[in-house]
Amino acid sequence: MAINWFKYSAPTTFYGLAGKLIPWFGISAAILFAVGLYIGFFVAPTDYQQGEFYRIIFIHVPSSIISMFLYLIMAGYAAMGLIFNTRLSSMMATAIAPTGALFAFISLWTGALWGKPMWGAWWVWDARLTSELILLFLYLGYIALHASIDDPRRADRASALLAIVGSVNVPIIYFSVQWWNTLHQGSTIKFSGTSMHVAMQQAMFITLVACWLYAIAVILARVRSIILERERHTKWITELPEVKN
Amino acid sequence: MNGLDIWMRENPITYVVLGSYAVAFLIFAVEIAMVRHKRKITLQQVRLMRDAGDEE
Repeated sequence: MAINWFKYSAPTTFYGLAGKLIPWFGISAAILFAVGLYIGFFVAPTDYQQGEFYRIIFIHVPSSIISMFLYLIMAGYAAMGLIFNTRLSSMMATAIAPTGALFAFISLWTGALWGKPMWGAWWVWDARLTSELILLFLYLGYIALHASIDDPRRADRASALLAIVGSVNVPIIYFSVQWWNTLHQGSTIKFSGTSMHVAMQQAMFITLVACWLYAIAVILARVRSIILERERHTKWITELPEVKN
Repeated sequence: MNGLDIWMRENPITYVVLGSYAVAFLIFAVEIAMVRHKRKITLQQVRLMRDAGDEE
């Protein structure tokens, strides 16, 4: 039986689907965090150069990857909202921004904590670090711009432009370690292989999936509130069981 | 080396756990609480609007 995916691009149907998916994503995220951190702290060996400090990567790398990808997804949704004028796309972009900003902050924070014992400084104006900081500012700018305009549809259009223009920063973050001579190390995991211990790879991959599942769960929960808020004048909202009670 | 430098080198695991993982999970907890609060408030607003509409 073919699934009509376009059906779920309408807030009416997506609201219910999101509600059903949130517990699955949330519980899976919690389990995978526990497994990933167990492997990361109790199975993965100590690094011969960085000692125990390298264990920060199990949260630093996933949060950095997610902060970049969420921005691209947010810009994609914002562009769809701008071009096709679809309601749910703009709502999704609005819901993604705070989570993306938090992941960018966690990436910078944990990076600083790793930088102090390894480089001797919490912060350096390195290309990778600076472009990630700009990403955080882009998220905050998107949130602030959206909140500053009362009419949600106008706010969607204005902030969509910022999201689309800002997406140019994501490849800059990713390739900064290749384009410039940076203090930040290059990619450890490449298509050609990696020199990392297998337990380190497993821990990082599992926490990456856990972070993704957490991000999806919290974004779906946020978008449900946005749908409720924006569609509050419609009949289907007043007929929802949670509104009737 | 100041006191913090010495402490982090003597207690690397505590430094990593408290400094990065505890902070990250605290941020996640705050975000979840904010999302739940937002839903509660939005539902209250929608119910108030519905009640106001019923009275008209």
